[in-house]
Parts: sequence; structure tokens; C-alpha cells
Amino acid sequence: MDLGYYRMTPWRRFIYKISQFFKNFGRGFAGFFGRIFRAIAHFFVGIGRGFKEFGQNFWYGDALTKSSHAIMGLSHLFRGQIVRGIIYLLLETAFVLYMVLFGGNYLAMCFENFFSGGNVGRTETYDFWNPDEGIYEKMVGDNSFLILLYGILTLFVIIFFIICYISCAKESYELEQCHIIGKKPQAFRRDVNNLLDNKFHLTLLLLPMVGLFVFTIVPLVTMVLIAFTNYDAAHEVPQHLFQWVGFDNFKDLFAGNSELGATFWRVLGWTLIWAVLATFTSYIFGMLLAILINRKGIKLKKLYRTLFVATIAVPQFVSLLIMSKMLDTGGGVLGSGGGIITQLIEQIFDYHLKFGIDINTTRICIVIVNMWIGVPYSMLMCSGILMNIPSDLYESARIDGASPARRFFKITLPYMLFVTGPYLITQFIGNINNFNVIYLLSGGGPGDIMLYTDGAKGTDLLITWLYKLSLGTDRNYKLASVIGILVFVISAVFSLIVYNKSSAVKGEDDFQ
Amino acid sequence: MSTPIKNENVAPKENQELTNWQKIDQMEAEIEKSKQKKKRRGGMKFKRIFGDTVGQIVLTVLSIIWIIPLFYLLVQSFRKEPGAWSPTFFPQEWTLDNYKRLFTETKFLQWYGNTLLIAVCSCIITTVFVLSVAYVFSRMKFKAKKPMMNIMLILGMFPGFMSMSAVYFLLKILLPDHYQSHLSLIIVYSAGAALSYYIAKGFFDTVPKSLDEAARIDGASRFRTFYKIILPLSKSIIIYTILTSFIAPWCDYIFVSYIMAGVPDTGMYTVSLGMYKWLEREMIQQYFTTFCAAAVIVAVPITGLFMWLQKYYVEGVTGGAVKG
Repeated sequence: MDLGYYRMTPWRRFIYKISQFFKNFGRGFAGFFGRIFRAIAHFFVGIGRGFKEFGQNFWYGDALTKSSHAIMGLSHLFRGQIVRGIIYLLLETAFVLYMVLFGGNYLAMCFENFFSGGNVGRTETYDFWNPDEGIYEKMVGDNSFLILLYGILTLFVIIFFIICYISCAKESYELEQCHIIGKKPQAFRRDVNNLLDNKFHLTLLLLPMVGLFVFTIVPLVTMVLIAFTNYDAAHEVPQHLFQWVGFDNFKDLFAGNSELGATFWRVLGWTLIWAVLATFTSYIFGMLLAILINRKGIKLKKLYRTLFVATIAVPQFVSLLIMSKMLDTGGGVLGSGGGIITQLIEQIFDYHLKFGIDINTTRICIVIVNMWIGVPYSMLMCSGILMNIPSDLYESARIDGASPARRFFKITLPYMLFVTGPYLITQFIGNINNFNVIYLLSGGGPGDIMLYTDGAKGTDLLITWLYKLSLGTDRNYKLASVIGILVFVISAVFSLIVYNKSSAVKGEDDFQ
Repeated sequence: MSTPIKNENVAPKENQELTNWQKIDQMEAEIEKSKQKKKRRGGMKFKRIFGDTVGQIVLTVLSIIWIIPLFYLLVQSFRKEPGAWSPTFFPQEWTLDNYKRLFTETKFLQWYGNTLLIAVCSCIITTVFVLSVAYVFSRMKFKAKKPMMNIMLILGMFPGFMSMSAVYFLLKILLPDHYQSHLSLIIVYSAGAALSYYIAKGFFDTVPKSLDEAARIDGASRFRTFYKIILPLSKSIIIYTILTSFIAPWCDYIFVSYIMAGVPDTGMYTVSLGMYKWLEREMIQQYFTTFCAAAVIVAVPITGLFMWLQKYYVEGVTGGAVKG
């Protein structure tokens, strides 16, 4: 910062800071897109190089190498790596069998109408007249969802096979070179031993990656593609087929004039407001609490800390459900009186707390209850970092006569924000996805403003809406999936900000 | 602007010998300073004691507010009067019947066993997965590492619940007869564990690489270095992973309610699902106090475990957050 800054009036300083923020932000964004562009370029260059190598290997290889491009493992079999050769051979056979008997068909059924907007699958379930029995019988047709799932699985199988194929081709060329020099090829036993040594990562990653692939990647890709179909109760599988519809679901959702669009913008707005409120209230009060507990003269520090941490330790569904019942108005049951907090407030302030009836009251209550859970968490987090603030900073500030408030705003807060920036963003994203607090406390909130079938209510977040859409009577999977994608986009944008910040702080060395 | 200050500081050092007058000046200044300090200290002392007292009071009040709902839960579990709402904080009549009822009339014990089983299994799998992935990304070098890390970063940003309906179908295909079982839940809780490798990787990064290298030079394989050197040094992160993954199934409602939707046999439920049902409109009048008793039985061991291992939890949380 230049000296001119100190000559400015506070108002101009404020404007200057904002402009600086946007400048940095823009720069970070540009840097980010530059990086993406470079990564893509790098990717394609890599692929091109791979192709070149592949072609060269094929071209310069001898007959055995060339033939092993058609029959995988042939080169291995004849040049001493028998087990490896057999594995490759089996792999190829399995792949061909899989494609012919199963995968190819599903892949075709899945994507043949992708651009034309037709059915996923071919035959729809229909009733036909059975003259022998004299009744209508059901002829079960294709299950669109399974077809989609298998289609995606097949895509991944193909990718996996291509990788194996290329590595086989490469290895057979290398084997040929070894053969020419007269070097003995690596024995299979050594390969196995290597799995615990230089190739240890293969062993360690195998199971986690299989789990991740089957139960995260494949389902996720499927659900992302569902956003481009019309899969809902009206097209429930296996009774009906669903169709590819392109971007129609997105258009419906973003159109502000429809009922659905209006609901969406409302929910999005509340989700963002909630995330900001929940994150900052918990953070600020957590930090203040940590400062207070860490104060020199305070006694019984451990006891206080334990008492506060108790709310983290108790499972959330217990603590939140009991809280929701304490705030309950009694559900309109005569003479029930409602939860203890509602009753107390009524007795003391003569005010009827409309939790679960009035939207704004419910929202405020939820934010406050969230503080009950969130503050101890940030307190734990902050106390560790507070102790790391160099104490000479405070000392010199004290000698210069800075008041405690000034010390807090000029030293503690900037330091904490700097160190815990990434944490704040993760908390923010966590709050966007905070299913528990909303669902267990208010269940989505006041129920009288049904805007849309299985629609969001007063305090629903995008994530609880997603839950209701996919479990509700409408089984609106297509919309649930669109919302899931939007949540992803929001999280990704905020994570990018962190990524830019932290990569600016970190040296390239740290990021190995 | 800063030049004159610099000169003042540097000047005495440059000519070491001070004149007498300068010495006297310095001494006088020091005396003046100490006088001021004493004055200030008197004010400060009062201020500090005042501040401490206020702080102590504020903390006491806050911690009482914080603990009251949990305390309410505890005392309500001993309430004899039926019904969801009681007009008083403390029950008018105390009883142990709620606990008795919990173990004799309801399926709570079964749910507890289910949850324990699921928690133990998924905790073991998760811990193994997380530690291995974290070790690989912290220590090994291979081509696909960076793309893999990026893909996992992106995967982690999708809401986990989004893919549930596809997972449900997959489970139906893979376990046709048991897709609404504990095995499914274990799979749901632990299959994606690799995604949360971040904190453990951050920890492994802080373990000096020279240890690995020394072992490697002595001829130890990667497996041996991982098993004999890195793991024994990572007690805190192992405990953190075990703790968080053990607690997760006890707290989860969203996944279990999806997987177990429409299961007729309520004995298959986990505690969260079963207890949630007790608070639904038709059940709450009858079951509220039972819910409180069950909540106490669930919360006490978990809370105890958490308190016992709190140190490791804090280490994990702070470590992860600071590194991002």
C-alpha cells in the first residue's frame, strides 16, 4: 500500500479497499481461467504425445509387437512374461465378451437418442391380451434407469480398457527392445513384490478407488445425466420409459415467472442468507468465546471448555430434536402448552413464540440454535490458533496505547481471518449443505405456503428440498438432480476462491 | 517519515562512549518511565480484576445456557407424567420406568446393536481407506496423482445425498435380497471414504520425509516404511479418523432414512431412524419421555468417547483447517 492511502479520508479508504478487492478478485479469476486453459492444453498435448508414441511403437515394432496390438499379451507370452501375458489375454477376452453380450447393447440403448430427445430404452411396459387366460397381462419393458446406469458403467469400462490396451502396447514394444539387447524381462514375482514397494500405491489405492468408483462416481454421473431427462413419478421406471430432454429442466427452474422458478429463487436466496448468517455468527461468537476463555485471569478453563464442547459431542439428531421439541408450539393440540422454551417465553414476556408457524421467527430461531451447536466448534478451532498469535504484537500495541477493542480489530481479527480463511469457506459450504440443522429442527419450516408439489417451504435449503423432491410423492428426480448440480456449482465457485487464495499463500513446493 | 526514528535508535550504538549528561538524561527518563508504569499498573490491576470477574460471570452464564437443553433432556428422561409437554422444567414425579420400558417394550436394544455394528464396520473400513489414500497422496510419486486429486476434489463438492437414488439402484442390483440391510448402510458410509483424505494427508505431509528416505536407504520397502515408521508416528490422526468415522453413523439421519424407507421390520432400524419416528406427531405424546431416555443412552457413550479423545479431535480439526 502506498503512502497516498494514509492521506485519504476514511470514506475514500473504504472505496479504495473495495476497488482493491475487486481488482484482486478479477486477477484471481483470470489466473484461475488461465490455469484451467493451460491444464486443458496440457491434457490434449499429453494425449497427442500418447498417440504419437502409440503409433511409433506400432510402426517400428516387429511382427510380434504388431500382432499383440490385436491380441493383447501375445508379445508377453512369447517373451518370457507369461503370467502378465495371460492376464492381458484374459482381460481382452473378458472385455470383448462383456461388450458383445451386455455392455454394447446397453450403451446403444442408453445414448442412441441422446441428441434427438427420444426414449432411454426401447420397449415400454404395456398390457396385452392373453387369450388363453382371458385377462390382460403386463409385458414388462425396459428399465430406463438401469439402462442409463449400465450405459455409464460401460463407458467407464471402455475407458479402463483403453488404458490397459495402451499400456499393453507400450510394454510389448519395451519387451521387444529388451529382447534385442538380450536383457531378461522382469519376472512376475518381482512384479508382485513391487506391489509392496515401488508400486505400493496400486495396492493401497485399489480398494478405496473401487469403492469410490462404484458407489460415488458411477452414481454421481448417472444422477448428473438424470438432470437432462424427464425422470419423475410420471415416468417412473419400470412402468414407463423416460426421455432425454436436454436443458429443459434448467430452463424451467430458472424461469422466474413460473411457480417453480419463484420457489427456486426463494430457496436459493434463503440458502445463501442462511449460510452467511450461520457461518459468521458461529465464527465471530466462537472467536470471542475463545478469547474470553483464554484470558489470563480466568479460572476453571477446562471446565468451561468441556461444558461448551458437550454440544458437539452429543449426536446432532439428539440435540437438535430435543431443541425442536423445546421450541415447539404444541402442534395446535389443545392444552398441550408446547415446548418448555415457548412456555417460558410466554410466561415471562407474554409473547407467543411462533416457531414453525411464522417464517421469520422460525428462521431466527434456527440461526440461534445453530449458534448453540456451531459456536463451540469454532471456539475449539480458534483457541488453538489464538495461542499462535505472536504475543509481541500485542505487547507493542499495548505500549503504544491501543485499546482492547482496537487490538481485537487490528491484530486478532485480521490474523484469524488470514489463517482460518479456508476453514471459513469450508464452513460456508458445509452450511449450504446443512441438512441436519434444518430438517431436524423445523423439517423445512412453516408448512402453510406450499408453492409447488413436494415444494420447498419457508426454511427449506436447497439440500433439504433435494431430499424432499427425491423422496416425496412426486419423485421428482430430474429436478432433484438439477438442484444437486446447482449446489455443486455454488460450492465450486466458493472453493475456487479459497483455492486461489491458498495457492497464492503456498509455495509451489508444498503442493507436490 | 521513518528516517528520524532510525537515527535516534542507531546513534548511541555508533558512538559507544556516552557523555555524562547523556547518561543522566537516560537515567532520568528511566525513572520517569517506571513511575508512569506504577501509576498505570494501579489502574490496570483494578481493570484486570474487574474484567476477570465480568468474564467469569459471562462464562458461567453462557455455559449454563449451553448445558441447559442437555440437562433438560436428562431430567425429562426420569419424568413419570406421560405426554410430550410438561409445564415445568423438572418432572413432578421421578421414575426409572422410561428406561425399563425402553429395554423391555421397544426395539431400542436391537437398534443400538445395529448401529454399533454398522459404526464399528464402517469405522474400520473408513480408517483403512483414508489412511492409505492419504499416505499415497502424501508420499508416492506417479503420473496419475495430480489428476486423481483434482477429480476427488471435484467429486467432494457434489452434495453426497444427490447420488443416493442411483446408489439405491446399484445396491438393488448388487445385493438383490438384502439391499435394505446393514451391509448396504456400511457400504454407503464407507465406500466414498477416500474423498475425505485431506486432513490425514495434511498430517502426513508434516512427518519429515527424511525418515522415509533413511528407511528406504536401509532397504525397507514402501510397505515397511508405511507400516513401521509412518503409522506409529500418526497416532493422533488415526484416532481422529476412527473417532469421526465411528460417530458418523450414530448421527446420520439422511442416508439411513433413504435406504431404509418402507422397511416393514422396524428391528432393522438404527437408533437415529427409530428415535426420529418416536417424535412424529402420532407417536410423540406416548413416546416423548422414552425418547429422552433413549437419547441419554445414546449420547452418554458417544459424549464420553468424544471427551476422552477430544485432544486428538482438536488437533485434527485445527490442522486440517489451517492447511486448507
